[in-house]
Amino acid sequence: MADVFVDNKYKGTVKDPVGFKESIIAERRRGKIEESVNIAYFEEEDKVLVETSSGRSIRPLIVVKEGKSTLTDRHLEQLSKGELTWSDMIKQGIIEYLDAAEEENALVAFFESDLTKDHTHLEISPLDIFGLITTLVPFGNYTQGVRLNQGAKNQKQAVGFYAANYLLRMDMDVNLLHYPQTPLVRSIMHDISNYDRHPSGQNVTLAVLSYKGYNMEDAIVINKASVERGMGRSTYYRPIIAEEVRYSGGLIDEIGIPDKTVRGYRSEEDYKHLGDDGIIHPEAEVGEGDVIIGKISPPRFLSSMDDYSLATDSRRESSLVLKHGEKGIVDFVALTENQEGNKLVQARLREQRIPEIGDKFTSRHGQKGVISLLVPEADVPFTSTGVKPDIIFSPHGIPSRMTVSHMLEILGGKVGSLDGRFINATPFEAESEKDLRNRLKELGFRDDGSETMYNPVTGEQYETRIFVGNIYYLRLKHMVANKLHSRARGPIQLLTRQPTEGRAKEGGLRLGEMEKDTFVGHGASLTLKERFDSDKVVVPVGEKSGLIGYYDARKNNKAVSSVQDEDEEMSDVEISYAFRLLLDEFKALGLYPKLKLKSKF
Amino acid sequence: MVHEKIFKEYEEKIPESLISEVKKHVPEKITEAKLKKVLDEVEKEYRYSLAAPGECVGVISAESIGEPGTQMTLNTFHFAGVSEMNVTTGLPRLIEILDGRKTLSSEIMRIHLKKPYSGGKDLDKVVARLKEITLGDLIEEIDTDLVNSKLVLKLDKNQLKKYNVNSQKVINVLNKSVKAFKFELQGNSIEVLAAEGDADIVQLYKLKEKLKDVYVHGVKGIKQVLVVKREDEHVVLCAGSNLKDVMKLDFVDPTRTMTNDIFEIEKHYGIEAARELIVRELMEVIDGQGLNVNVRHIMLVADTMCMNGKVLGINRYGIVKEKSSILARASFETPIKHLVSAGLMGESDALSSVIENVMLNQPVPVGTGLPGLVIKTAKKK
Repeated sequence: MADVFVDNKYKGTVKDPVGFKESIIAERRRGKIEESVNIAYFEEEDKVLVETSSGRSIRPLIVVKEGKSTLTDRHLEQLSKGELTWSDMIKQGIIEYLDAAEEENALVAFFESDLTKDHTHLEISPLDIFGLITTLVPFGNYTQGVRLNQGAKNQKQAVGFYAANYLLRMDMDVNLLHYPQTPLVRSIMHDISNYDRHPSGQNVTLAVLSYKGYNMEDAIVINKASVERGMGRSTYYRPIIAEEVRYSGGLIDEIGIPDKTVRGYRSEEDYKHLGDDGIIHPEAEVGEGDVIIGKISPPRFLSSMDDYSLATDSRRESSLVLKHGEKGIVDFVALTENQEGNKLVQARLREQRIPEIGDKFTSRHGQKGVISLLVPEADVPFTSTGVKPDIIFSPHGIPSRMTVSHMLEILGGKVGSLDGRFINATPFEAESEKDLRNRLKELGFRDDGSETMYNPVTGEQYETRIFVGNIYYLRLKHMVANKLHSRARGPIQLLTRQPTEGRAKEGGLRLGEMEKDTFVGHGASLTLKERFDSDKVVVPVGEKSGLIGYYDARKNNKAVSSVQDEDEEMSDVEISYAFRLLLDEFKALGLYPKLKLKSKF
Repeated sequence: MVHEKIFKEYEEKIPESLISEVKKHVPEKITEAKLKKVLDEVEKEYRYSLAAPGECVGVISAESIGEPGTQMTLNTFHFAGVSEMNVTTGLPRLIEILDGRKTLSSEIMRIHLKKPYSGGKDLDKVVARLKEITLGDLIEEIDTDLVNSKLVLKLDKNQLKKYNVNSQKVINVLNKSVKAFKFELQGNSIEVLAAEGDADIVQLYKLKEKLKDVYVHGVKGIKQVLVVKREDEHVVLCAGSNLKDVMKLDFVDPTRTMTNDIFEIEKHYGIEAARELIVRELMEVIDGQGLNVNVRHIMLVADTMCMNGKVLGINRYGIVKEKSSILARASFETPIKHLVSAGLMGESDALSSVIENVMLNQPVPVGTGLPGLVIKTAKKK
């Protein structure tokens, strides 16, 4: 007697759970029961689980009967002619969807040749264990799963040719690769996904070699001449958007060059790039602090306008200005209106990004790295045929990560470029290593891909042969130009008077709680105090009330108690402004924070 | 010993354990001058290794445990001995101990046996006596009879025999623990009927699940029992812990039997035993991960957890709650609660510890910030 649960609710018992399960499955294959219904029997717990709910992940498999696939050559023929469709095959019970629970009862063969009498299902393609992007990793079945995941993740961040109409688009924060190429070593997914129409990398020559210690810790050394020829070059596009927003009371923003009477007017110099309409000229070179679109907004609070409307212009200047560290060339200006009919101005900035030290590159196998050196071509090692690699990749990245597919791609890329053909590297169906090696030998190279190389400085031959080949390399969107930052002195926050945080605000690097603990651990008490002096203030505190007073300008800046008519002794106390703020917040809570003063000495 | 007098002289300067160690290593015929030289050197080393006044031992302990803690793997289970008995180790166990959690993710008892049993005698009986037997263990099958709305429990004869339980005892236990149903013995099975009226299908299913867990025999709480041989003696490892009941059994050696439940130890043996267990358990986790933390850091943590006479976790319900400074408590989780209650009670903060002084931008009273002037200056008029 097995318990039966439908969608995890107890419904009753059955005498013959296996027969029950099989009859349900048979009914489903005949189309009498919905295809998404799954059933599983668990012998140890003696229970049958029937699932009909939504939100489970289910996947299609070919049904196997008596050790033979129900999908025959005849079906394939019909499929290619278009006489048979996917849903027809489900209706005929050739393909069915299993969920995680029903898979527990199934024995799924990976290849058709593996089929035995015990098998219940067959994978449609072994590629099913990978996702779409993971299938783009060539020779993926040779490498550990973790690396494939990383390889797939890296490809999503690659700089490429994302859309052909990029000149007409206003995308936020995009990069465009200048000379994109289609990979020589490719999988079936490159064809299925039309990868040739939006490639995102370049085929480069790579040597697995140490170079003066510059490529330690995953750093890569790049041939400067390759960069000068355009390798990895890209353009960064970013729009600046301004809108004439309508406020309550019929007030509206105004795009144009602000009048000198406007509150917050910058210097004339700052508006120099703007045309008469307040919008920047295309092809203007702009930098930090330059106004891109001039804008004037109505005052923030309406009441203030009534009193002074005649005296001064109460409108605010609210132009769009380039922030700290931003620069570029105005590429394109668009004037439109948005859904509400408000005037909308968009200016697109463009900036050429030539690979520099600190930019991130990767192969498709999770072997990412950062440029550590751009070597003049004269100093790049060369092979006996005079080939100089574009990239020098550190051999230490290979053993611990076991990215065999990376090595195979270098080998395959070499054969492909010498042979002038694409190499099929679809996981599980790739050209074999043996074939690639044999072909390389026929082409007059050493079959393991290694070549004799020469020291460019002394002209001496290297003692070891170096592994050289061709591989598809991707430039990733993380570039130092967007991240480099430093600060000595700079802006502070209004509320806490502590330094600002973050690159855009020219902020400092926070000495956090754990960093503070290291100072405490060393007993460096006064050093710690100095580090936290950034928001130091000296305040007068009343000896009697224990409250912070103020300096009265009318009484020659004498310290005065904040308690009315209290004539108490005031003492100057040095505290952090953040603590002063805390005391004020206590008062807001209805608490009386009384400071009891005592001489420090 | 020849130089008793000299050793006596040093007794106030050096701890006893160091003196006895010197005694052990010094040659019998050492001259008085040489021995003094040795002892002076020992004293110097001893003084050097003491923590200096103002040394921030708490922070150093925290860093010394925290830093290797980042390297701990999340591979949490490890198998005690041979079988499938899981023990929580690694980071989750460390957190469990330091949090002072009352319900453990895996309670383990190590039961040592008295003489004839530890040699391997009657181990079957020992196991049968220890293991908690529920009804589910004694039943072959449960049939749900929907027509007569009753359950039929088929007893497993072999299991009954193995654990030395007869069917009448089972009936007695059932009648005592489940009130709303009647239990009748019918040959080899037990029929279960509602005491009044008919039970519906949901009730029967719930009852069925409940019956499986009804306690029949053995020591309550001992879920799994495993006999292992450790250094030519048989030791029983148990999943689940029940110190009180296990100690009552006559074959158990009460002097060596252990549990990993700190609160159980505290309840039966007191706070010092609990402190010792915290140190041992923490060291076991850290050693098990192949890490190296000096035991003194762990001892400081264990002392802190036990200093109030009860085991407190290192969290806002435990030792942080016991802090005297309001600002220090408020800076660690639930600030409003502490501030408002301090305001209501008119409490004052002496600003005597680290966090408060960081908040006020004052030198913290540790290390170089600790010493003050002995002479007070006259207050300016």
